[in-house]
Amino acid sequence: MFELISTFFKIGLFTIGGGYAMIPLIEEEVVRKKEWLSKEELVDLMAVAQSCPGIFAVNISIFIGHKHCGTKGALLCALGTILPSFLIILAIALFFQQFREYELVNKFFMGLRPAVVALIAAPVFRMAKTAKINRYNFWIPIAAALGIWLLKVNPIYVIIAAGVGGFVWGKYKEEEQGN
Amino acid sequence: MLLLQLFWTFFKIGLFGFGGGYAMLSMIQGEVVTRYHWLDAGQFTDIVAISQSTPGPIGINSATYVGYTSMVNAGYSHVWGILGSTVSTFAVVFPSFVLMLMICKFLMKYKNHRYVEYVFTGLRPAVVGLLAAAALLLLTKENFSTPKECPWQFAISILLFIFAFVSQRLYKLNPILIVVITGIAGIILY
Repeated sequence: MFELISTFFKIGLFTIGGGYAMIPLIEEEVVRKKEWLSKEELVDLMAVAQSCPGIFAVNISIFIGHKHCGTKGALLCALGTILPSFLIILAIALFFQQFREYELVNKFFMGLRPAVVALIAAPVFRMAKTAKINRYNFWIPIAAALGIWLLKVNPIYVIIAAGVGGFVWGKYKEEEQGN
Repeated sequence: MLLLQLFWTFFKIGLFGFGGGYAMLSMIQGEVVTRYHWLDAGQFTDIVAISQSTPGPIGINSATYVGYTSMVNAGYSHVWGILGSTVSTFAVVFPSFVLMLMICKFLMKYKNHRYVEYVFTGLRPAVVGLLAAAALLLLTKENFSTPKECPWQFAISILLFIFAFVSQRLYKLNPILIVVITGIAGIILY
């Protein structure tokens, strides 16, 4: 039990750059070292965790925790993954306000802000490939982006509409083929 | 009151946050910046930068940070800020915790069901749009300045944007390195 928390604490502590950067570390610790999961199980689990809302790495830790120690294990593993980031961010947040006043820090952030926007824009194209964007559905991301950007549509409604739309469309095609 | 609003907002974000941390950023921005004005676009960008450059999932990092900053921005003390970040982090994880447990217990066998597949044919392309919107919404004067207000900063901002985009897309440079390089460039150039 303690091993579960400490492993996920370590995974949470040493990955920088978001959930997907955690996969190699999870594979190393959970599959190769501790042998809590087989490689095939991990691939299956990744598919499930990806299709679940919420935070990818936390979802994975919940599943592995549950597999070994039930609900309690799930809770502890989730806590282990969350705690390092929570504490680090809190420490930064507490002191950042004071540092922000310094001229030097201000200039540092003036420089990196445009870069951060670029870092958000860059994965759009990579994700377009994984999402299998083609000439039939390319209008969906464009409509979603323009709606949110120009018409200030709430992204949550876009997600709900897209999910419901996909379901209705699939069902419609199914019935058409049935006839 | 704000504490309750934070809980409800991050609960929704956790519940509909398909597509990982970056897509979630778009929702956080939509609620926290566009709708409630708890943060301005510049502060939000700073938080994204810090969330990217510190350990842990971006969704957790930004929820923790936004929770704290929203409380402090509204005039509450640090203690309330810590409470705000605890509530936000808990709320963003809670829905997926319940969902994942249900999946572990009952739904593992339905994961390849065709209805699930239908929903995702709609969701996957929309998530790409969400991510694009997050970037577009950050093209603001807090982040880039304007040609009128400060042409020097605007020009440098555009150059740093292009540098970051190209080094990430083509050379797969580590995002932390990009953040540090552009930050130092800021210190030197401004």
